[in-house]
Amino acid sequence: MSATVSGLLTIGVLIVALAVCYHPMGAWMARVFTDRGHWRIERVVYRAVGVDPDSEQGWRAYATSVVAFSLVSIAALFVLIVVQLRLPLTQGSTGMGVSTALNTAVSFVTNTNWQSYAGEVGVTPLVQTVGLTVQNFASAAVGLAVAVAITRAVARRSSRGIGNFWVDLVRGTLRVLLPLAAVAAVVLLIGGVVQNLSAPETVRAAAGGEQIIRGGLVASQEAIKELGTNGGGYFNANSAHPFENPNPFTNLLEVFLLLLIPFALTRTYGIMVGDRRQGWALLGFAGFLWAAGVAATTASEVAASGAVGDAMEGKEQRFGVWSSALFAASTTGTSTGAVNSMHESYSPLGGGAVLANMLLGEISPGGVGSGLYGILIVAIIAVFIAGLMVGRTPEFLGKTVGRREITCAALYILVMPLLVLAFTGLSLVMDGPRSAMLASGPHGLSEVMYAFGSAANNNGSAFAGLTADTPWFNLTLAASMFLGRFVPMLLVLRLAGLLVEQQPRPASAGTMPTHTPLFVGLLTGVAVIVALLTFFPALALGPIAEALS
Amino acid sequence: MSSPLTRQVGAAARMLLALTLLLGVLYPAAIWGIGRLGLSSQADGSRVQRAGVVVGSSLLGQNFTDERHFQSRPSASSYAGDVSGGTNLYASSDEQRKALAERSRGYANAHGGVQGPADALTASASGLDPHISPSNALAQAPRVAAANGLDEGIVVELVHQHTQGRTLGFLGEPRVNVLELNLALDRRAGR
Repeated sequence: MSATVSGLLTIGVLIVALAVCYHPMGAWMARVFTDRGHWRIERVVYRAVGVDPDSEQGWRAYATSVVAFSLVSIAALFVLIVVQLRLPLTQGSTGMGVSTALNTAVSFVTNTNWQSYAGEVGVTPLVQTVGLTVQNFASAAVGLAVAVAITRAVARRSSRGIGNFWVDLVRGTLRVLLPLAAVAAVVLLIGGVVQNLSAPETVRAAAGGEQIIRGGLVASQEAIKELGTNGGGYFNANSAHPFENPNPFTNLLEVFLLLLIPFALTRTYGIMVGDRRQGWALLGFAGFLWAAGVAATTASEVAASGAVGDAMEGKEQRFGVWSSALFAASTTGTSTGAVNSMHESYSPLGGGAVLANMLLGEISPGGVGSGLYGILIVAIIAVFIAGLMVGRTPEFLGKTVGRREITCAALYILVMPLLVLAFTGLSLVMDGPRSAMLASGPHGLSEVMYAFGSAANNNGSAFAGLTADTPWFNLTLAASMFLGRFVPMLLVLRLAGLLVEQQPRPASAGTMPTHTPLFVGLLTGVAVIVALLTFFPALALGPIAEALS
Repeated sequence: MSSPLTRQVGAAARMLLALTLLLGVLYPAAIWGIGRLGLSSQADGSRVQRAGVVVGSSLLGQNFTDERHFQSRPSASSYAGDVSGGTNLYASSDEQRKALAERSRGYANAHGGVQGPADALTASASGLDPHISPSNALAQAPRVAAANGLDEGIVVELVHQHTQGRTLGFLGEPRVNVLELNLALDRRAGR
């Protein structure tokens, strides 16, 4: 069997598996977030926490809860990391400095999982588990909650409430993420992912000399790392490390986990707004972009094979070019940032493709929750533009997209590019940050732009040659992650508050349908044009210049 | 009456504590427990023993330098095990060109002028890649056979025995586990 047939079959099996799970997964999540009853364990949690699970929150209260929970999470994780060497189970860790600790705390709470430390020594096994694993769940559940809140706002008529954040958080965790992560963790464990508390053991290697075999509670973290589109590796090499991703089967499972919830959420959306065709349209849009990303990355890497080095630099033998490119396109399209190959060593166009995948704004299909609300923002921009073309008041599922609504959507679109371009530009004109670059010339620009593109989009993957563990990069990247996560989130909740109050207008002959192939085309056009207008000059100086030289 | 934010912060802190207990303690402990029930080989890192002594993990490559052994891929971390990662070098950089040329020359010198397969000339992503390609292993076979004073056919046969095809027939790339191959070779050569 040739590598091409093997690669195409792998993609085919992945798509079939996702298709089989699409309906039940989407329907399950819709039930979870519309269920009136509570599980007994959930009642216990609500009572312990002191929240009334049957009360509805308006957008302000919902947003306050999101912000409170996230700030408390950042503070707690930061403190935990700073004091980690004084806690038990350090197992040879050397810890990290204060700016790195802040960067890491923000990174895991914002679902970014950018890592300017090496997992082997930067974090103790205790903090990996009670700190990082917890945020792998919680940050994904927060994204899920906000996506569900805006979905309710679209679906409800003349209401005020958009749900209860605490209920959405607990249900997303207990009913969606935890059961799936547990199953996935066991399968990964069977595949060879480690799960132990042993101290690093130095063995007399068969090759002569010594080798250190590290342990850790890896399987339990690996599962939610992929399922929650987090991406923070237990080890420095992330999903390229054989203890995180031992064979091609676990690799396929990990790619499947990345894509499962973001795609299925379009189904959840269709069910919750009472028109499944709306979900199909969003799926068509996100699926097309994902497929285009996979095709572009794979084609670039396969084309680079055959030259000396065969594009295998920074790739694992068990995965080869195809399974590496599939993982790369999926991890950058889902705001995950886990890697099973080193993106910096990709061919100029392959590296450019994964960079562009992030710069689209994480909508192909995007992260858990953040993908869906990102797609909905593009949809609102699209109906607005279509409305301007024909001179009608734009509406989205019967809700008017007026001045205040479009302001939220437009600001949402502007936040990420502003962070990426401003911080990249600043870093390049300063001597200190510039000396942190491994590369020079166009590749150096790509390296820095990749870092801020990754942070502001809450992706977390890297062109890892950049020496990012400096105060400048730690703090500016932390700012990018924080603002790139919460400013858009608050705008989405504000928009939810505006939409939920409206009584939908009945569709008329002049209404722009949002479930047709025409609309999917419009959506795609808007997403691509917005990204190109924003980033084409920078991409031309980076990956494109490198490819042409 | 406290402000909404203050009240929310209190609820947030208690929620985080509850989630930490559930997701940071009970969940990993449960998966750990399942690992103890019959999956301890995988859970402990797929360790490989020789004469009752652990000499490595079948998932972690090692830095074989003896010419009587098959050699692993180039590694950014020399297979130390306490660090992992790639070189992050890219094709158009001078450093990478130089590294490729050097490895190519070294491989050809050691193997009678044979052009090194891609995996033999490039550093892996993890720095711990346990595998090489079958063509890489077969290209090394004559050198290994000569250094061990073994018949080349025997060594080639060993390579074939240790060649894994694509998983389930279609996933990933064909590969040879270098540590397992070398341990088998050592047994064959009476070491």
